[in-house]
Amino acid sequence: MKDIKVLGTGCAACKATVRLIEEVAKAKGADIRLEKVEDMAAIVAYGVLSTPGVVVDGKVVHSGGLPSRDKVLGWL
Amino acid sequence: MSGDARWLAGTGACAVAWWLAYSHLTEFSDGVVRLLGVPPASHLGAALGFFIFESPKVLLLLAGIVFVMGVIHTFVSPERTRALLSGRRLGLGNAMAAGLGVVTPFCSCSAVPLFIGFLQAGVPLGVTFSFLISAPMVNEVALTLLFGMLGWKVAALYLALGLAVAVVAGMAIGRLAMEEHLEDWVRAIQRSRPAERASEAPMSWAERVRAGLAHDREIVGKVWPYILLGVALGAGIHGFVPQDLIAGIMGKKAWWSVPAAVLLGVPMYSNAAGIIPVVQALLAKGAALGTVLAFMMSVIALSAPEIVILRKVLKPRLIAVFVGVVAAGIMLVGFVFNAVL
Repeated sequence: MKDIKVLGTGCAACKATVRLIEEVAKAKGADIRLEKVEDMAAIVAYGVLSTPGVVVDGKVVHSGGLPSRDKVLGWL
Repeated sequence: MSGDARWLAGTGACAVAWWLAYSHLTEFSDGVVRLLGVPPASHLGAALGFFIFESPKVLLLLAGIVFVMGVIHTFVSPERTRALLSGRRLGLGNAMAAGLGVVTPFCSCSAVPLFIGFLQAGVPLGVTFSFLISAPMVNEVALTLLFGMLGWKVAALYLALGLAVAVVAGMAIGRLAMEEHLEDWVRAIQRSRPAERASEAPMSWAERVRAGLAHDREIVGKVWPYILLGVALGAGIHGFVPQDLIAGIMGKKAWWSVPAAVLLGVPMYSNAAGIIPVVQALLAKGAALGTVLAFMMSVIALSAPEIVILRKVLKPRLIAVFVGVVAAGIMLVGFVFNAVL
């Protein structure tokens, strides 16, 4: 099971990122645990400079803007 | 690979279509006004002609430039900018930060992580502020609209003066050595190490083009109603508001108009898009350029939402200094302009 966190304080792209990951995981039948991180100190601790950031199993794999569908597929 | 080639060919075709549309705007606008049967010399005709010519022109320009910026953004990530600025001294560092602020992707919604990430990597406070002032104020939307509606000279002046305000304000904040006015949790994080990061695969050109299109969708998709509204307002002012009214309030003779414009601009929050068409019409009716530019800079660079966001990392004293220094810089720009031109 993949542990995925979306870092973001509620910008439009952050919400869209959460929706996209949910959608792709569902379509692929991938087993994930998705979590939204909205606490500023926690976001900053991951060292991302622009939100939304995506963390997969503890590693930052994306930051800034909506990731492409192919990129999301690559994480799952 | 054929998929990538198709993306690039499609982009080329769009560029040609863009150019054809952009070079035939006058014919288009004249034709529409004639079709509507409004006499071109009337108030309504002047207003309509303005609207039908300006709105497609500005939207086309914006779509083109925002696309190019979206592609440029794939080369200049905030992480790369941070690496370039890390450990720079005041002066050169501020100039670089202000310049990079123009081309680095930036959203005020991630101002806080960016601010802290910069400090954590050893970018000095004053240099970080130069970036934070320049990035929202000198952006491609503002520059494109100024260029499209007021010509390249005004756009170039805005660029140069915006950068100057960012550099000088950042240097002033740096000199004041206000590091202890950062919120405590920020200072604690500053001493920690950032988390591990997966390295990203290099992008192909087709991906960069897609990033440009995504940027277009995001920016133009968001601002087009404001632009239409702004151009419509501008058209109304063009056609109907008498010259003396604006010239009396915002003309050169009224010295107090510059500080008043800056004060008025702080609580206002607009994405450059809505404000510039109005600005153009005000200028055409005799408002002084310095006053108008100061108003615009204040609306874009100092906004209530951004101050609320920054309050999470800055103590009140540093917030006050930030607002004060930037406002003073903008006022200086306004006064100098009005005096020189």
